[in-house]
Amino acid sequence: MARAFVLPDLGEGLTEAEIRQVLVREGDVVREDAPLLEVETDKATVEIPSPMAGRVERIHVQPGQTVKVGQVLVEFGDAGAPGGKQAADTLDPTRTPAPEPKTVIADGRAKQAPAAEAPARREGPVPATPSTRRLARELGVDLNAVRGSGPGGRVTDDDVRAAAGPAPATPSTEPAPTSARPAAPAPPAVAKPLARVGVEPPPLPKFEQWGPVERQPLSHLRRTIAERMTLSATLIPHVTHFDRADITDLDAVIRRNLESGRGRGVTLTLTAFLLKAAALALLDHPDFNASLDPAAGELILKRYVHLGVAVATERGLIVPVMRDVDKKTILELARELAALAPRVRDGKATLDDLRGGTFTITNIGALGGTGAIPIINYPEVAILGVARAREEAVVREGRIVPRLLLPLSLTFDHRVADGADGARFASSIIRRLEQPDSLLLGL
Amino acid sequence: MVMGDLVREVDVAVVGGGPGGYSAAFRCAELGLETVVVDLDKRLGGACLFEGCIPSKALLHVAAVLSEAERAREFGVDFGEPRISLDPLRKWKSERVVGKLARGLAGVARGKNVEVIGGRAAFEDARSLRITGDEPQKIRFKHAILATGSAPAGLPGVEIVSERVMDSTAALEVPDVPGSLLVIGGGYIGLELGQVYAALGSEVTVVEMLDGLLTGADRDLVQHLARRCERMFKAIRLGTRVSALRDTGGGVEARLGDGEPETFDRVLVAVGRRPQTRELGLEATRARVTERGFVEVDARGRTADPHVWAVGDITGEPMLAHRAMRQGKVVAEAIAGRPAAFDNVVVPAVVFTDPEVAWCGLTETEAAREGRAVKIAKFQWAASGRAATLGRSDGLTKLVVDPETGRVLGVGIVGPGAGELIAEGALAVETALLAEDLALTIHAHPTLSETLMEAAETLLR
Repeated sequence: MARAFVLPDLGEGLTEAEIRQVLVREGDVVREDAPLLEVETDKATVEIPSPMAGRVERIHVQPGQTVKVGQVLVEFGDAGAPGGKQAADTLDPTRTPAPEPKTVIADGRAKQAPAAEAPARREGPVPATPSTRRLARELGVDLNAVRGSGPGGRVTDDDVRAAAGPAPATPSTEPAPTSARPAAPAPPAVAKPLARVGVEPPPLPKFEQWGPVERQPLSHLRRTIAERMTLSATLIPHVTHFDRADITDLDAVIRRNLESGRGRGVTLTLTAFLLKAAALALLDHPDFNASLDPAAGELILKRYVHLGVAVATERGLIVPVMRDVDKKTILELARELAALAPRVRDGKATLDDLRGGTFTITNIGALGGTGAIPIINYPEVAILGVARAREEAVVREGRIVPRLLLPLSLTFDHRVADGADGARFASSIIRRLEQPDSLLLGL
Repeated sequence: MVMGDLVREVDVAVVGGGPGGYSAAFRCAELGLETVVVDLDKRLGGACLFEGCIPSKALLHVAAVLSEAERAREFGVDFGEPRISLDPLRKWKSERVVGKLARGLAGVARGKNVEVIGGRAAFEDARSLRITGDEPQKIRFKHAILATGSAPAGLPGVEIVSERVMDSTAALEVPDVPGSLLVIGGGYIGLELGQVYAALGSEVTVVEMLDGLLTGADRDLVQHLARRCERMFKAIRLGTRVSALRDTGGGVEARLGDGEPETFDRVLVAVGRRPQTRELGLEATRARVTERGFVEVDARGRTADPHVWAVGDITGEPMLAHRAMRQGKVVAEAIAGRPAAFDNVVVPAVVFTDPEVAWCGLTETEAAREGRAVKIAKFQWAASGRAATLGRSDGLTKLVVDPETGRVLGVGIVGPGAGELIAEGALAVETALLAEDLALTIHAHPTLSETLMEAAETLLR
């Protein structure tokens, strides 16, 4: 016998809601309390949890559809209801008791912060193992505010991690630059409030009073970028160090080898050399190849050098990651880069292409400008901005000579490093760019 | 420089060498903090090792052997009348048991580079302690951890100084086996020591002011113990106060309730313990002390003074060594900057009588008092195969379960070995297991641990 699950009473006098997303597919076996659907009311976006464990037999609704309280959303089959102790009476379609609707984005709170949501009524201590409770302390998560997904409402490590970080926990959540799945067809953009970090932005003025306006919802990628940039700029005290590298010699190396590179199907670019120079400099300055753990009061030094390369796409900024850059030759890096960048632009990058970076390089040279202050790709420690190289008049031994100068801007986390450290690290990149033979030797 | 001006600079000064103090000190040392312990007797172990948990359990083991030997007649084994020699008994207890463990702790301290300083410590200010006694000096610390524990409380309203009137510390020395012993207090200390002396041959009378033995525990658990005590003791007088005690030279005359004075060879006063926070000079710090003498601490064990921490009996009930040990580790980690907190859900309680009574988490009594809905699952040991082979069906295993989620909120056990069995209950409650998890876990057969599974199974039907 199939059991129908209807839109529960959402409270606050709401009678209807719009289906935003269907989070399960027909045939899926779900556990009790697993998210089924995301619906949007005029007050908030609400995740509707499954009232039972079981197999989803039929889905009666689709995104964009408006449903009324009491309308059938999903039908469950009998199969696979191991946890269905209460299933028999819970699922009487005529009197389905509403499982506590899981408010995901009420009054401007984002789904990435389920900690914001009041968990179901709970007496006594929060059900969680001691190790999970320790994890919550380490991540600064208030267990009382976390809804437990485990048996009997037990809060699991995953629940705590989901409550702690802005990192999306499931593929159904918004793609982030570091975990995007650009290959998936992007659902139509619908306006949602951004995740808040610390300070509550003051209300905006009514712009209509000065003229007509148009409201455009942010795309998923735009939202994610906005949230992550806010997070980074709010949490990290940024410092930017400026310098210029004389790449006249490096440019000559590139030009001399352009043809032979092409012969091997590789286009030598400045970026490949930048990657190598940064990777070798990071080996000498491990503090910049790290992440700060403020809760533990520790600096997490990464014994691998995976570099992110910011790529502008039509949809927004995406940062694919190149692995073990310190161990690869410049030719290998150039080849990998040449293969990766178009994949990212065409939205075909895999999740692994976008995760695990330790330091980021953003090259804004193609579009001109004399320099820019990049924002750190949270939770990394530093980011290197590269502007367009220009031939400039340089005084050398009393004579003016034309040299090719590359403006660099190194932004770093002032909690981790001081100005002198930043200057030394930048110099160690510049030295390698100015003496290309050091790159050849891996020095 | 004179001795009194010797100033020692350390990261952490621990005051008190009991379980809370040495746990904190050892963990501090492990975390790289230079740590010293100041102990009145210049030794680690505290009341637990020298005048509490350990010696009492050694004596209770002797009592258990005696009663097992007696019961063996039931199945045709007669050892004859036991002959008890107190000298070897005391020697075994203090050297082979207590002494061995004390040497072990001293060795651990040496291995971890934790120095134990003998003397009495009092705060001069919130960053230094003045040590008086054998090793007078001044210690400047970054953090102080107070772990001064508790001492047996006296009988309120009754003043008597007589070597016939013992506290638990004196009774554990077993000065003799009195012909008759009056135990004042029907709590766990009175019952444990009452059973020791009864097994050794004393006629024991227990007098309790309240109307039940072991008032913290659920009545159905206490019932099995009460029955055994009724057989072992000459008399149990509930709802009775002791209004006067007088040493008559040949014994102690006690007036129980409104009755005629009765004379006993010895009296044991076991009416609880009080925190030892006086004479610590706490007024020199910002730490706050309650009316009952407990030091107020937050979840990490920090007092109102940021440099002063406290663990164990002086921080409140339950005054149990295992609680103090966990607190000690939490405080050490908090001082080392780790995000530690004493967020433990259960502090198991064990009464090491025969039969043992143990419980953890929510009791049925507490649930009733708080008006909290719970499901109770019980399994009587009369139906346990293992209990039958031991000839002990006087046991009960009980689960207190959340009716909505099936979560195990509390466990109570009475019966031989309950103190060991409660560990599974503590794990279940602390990790928020469901009763179903206990029911679906295979428990070895035939064991007493099956009773937990069996109790949980009653909820599945």
